[in-house]
Amino acid sequence: MLITRKIEFSASHICRSPRLSDEENQRLFGSAANPHGHGHNYVVEVSLEGRPDPVTGMVLDLKELKDILTREIVEPYDHRFLNYEVPPFDREVPTTENIARDIWKRLAPRFAGGVNRLHSVRVYETPDLYVDYFGEPCSA
Amino acid sequence: MFRVTRCYEFSASHRLHSAHLNDEANRRLYGKCNNPFGHGHNYVIEVSVRGPADPATGRAVDTARLDALVRSRILQSFDHRNLNTEIAAFADAVPTSENLGYEICRRLKRNWKEVFPGEWPRLDKVRIGETPRNIFEIRADEIE
Repeated sequence: MLITRKIEFSASHICRSPRLSDEENQRLFGSAANPHGHGHNYVVEVSLEGRPDPVTGMVLDLKELKDILTREIVEPYDHRFLNYEVPPFDREVPTTENIARDIWKRLAPRFAGGVNRLHSVRVYETPDLYVDYFGEPCSA
Repeated sequence: MFRVTRCYEFSASHRLHSAHLNDEANRRLYGKCNNPFGHGHNYVIEVSVRGPADPATGRAVDTARLDALVRSRILQSFDHRNLNTEIAAFADAVPTSENLGYEICRRLKRNWKEVFPGEWPRLDKVRIGETPRNIFEIRADEIE
């Protein structure tokens, strides 16, 4: 069974790779390469896989999950400029893919060894673009 | 491995009517969707792509290329059209969202390698919201 909790944060970023030329960055990232940066209201859906506890009937107390997500994700990310203020985005391009992977890395230790498994992290950059990350190694 | 999903919209009209059934059976099966004058929807199409993130760019798919592919092969041909009379695939097949899913997947797969010649990204699935309450999903590996 999967349970999913949704959180939001607002942040700014620049999508520009130091390994590419200005022209390539412009072609690849378009307006997201603007050196002054721009922002989004990100929506993150974190799904856990587990079985309901026979006593509580819950896979995990959603309040507890919310507290973990607030501490691990919202507090470091919300109202920040990702490239300048939130490692590893001082060295990694803060694409939606890399944000999903970083969120996975921050959350995975919180669920390691427990009865619940981190199943997926979904990050909406806008309502029309989202990324699902299922951790590594990949099953594909 | 990531799955990146991009959402698009188009508006089109259709009529659900099967040539294999008589008028009465069509009316019973499709209800108001069988109205001879047709009717329309604002379709929401979600195209999901699977692949690893490129270490240089941090991206699993060049979304501008994906947008161009979907725009040229899907949106430009379906938007503000009558699916029954203007889309060749629906000359014989009923334009249900199931068949629309097949057609969209086929078109994307047929032109995929021109846009994404490498091993990744691959088309993973297509999801069609005919209305906010009627949603259809097809995996790319379900069709040729």
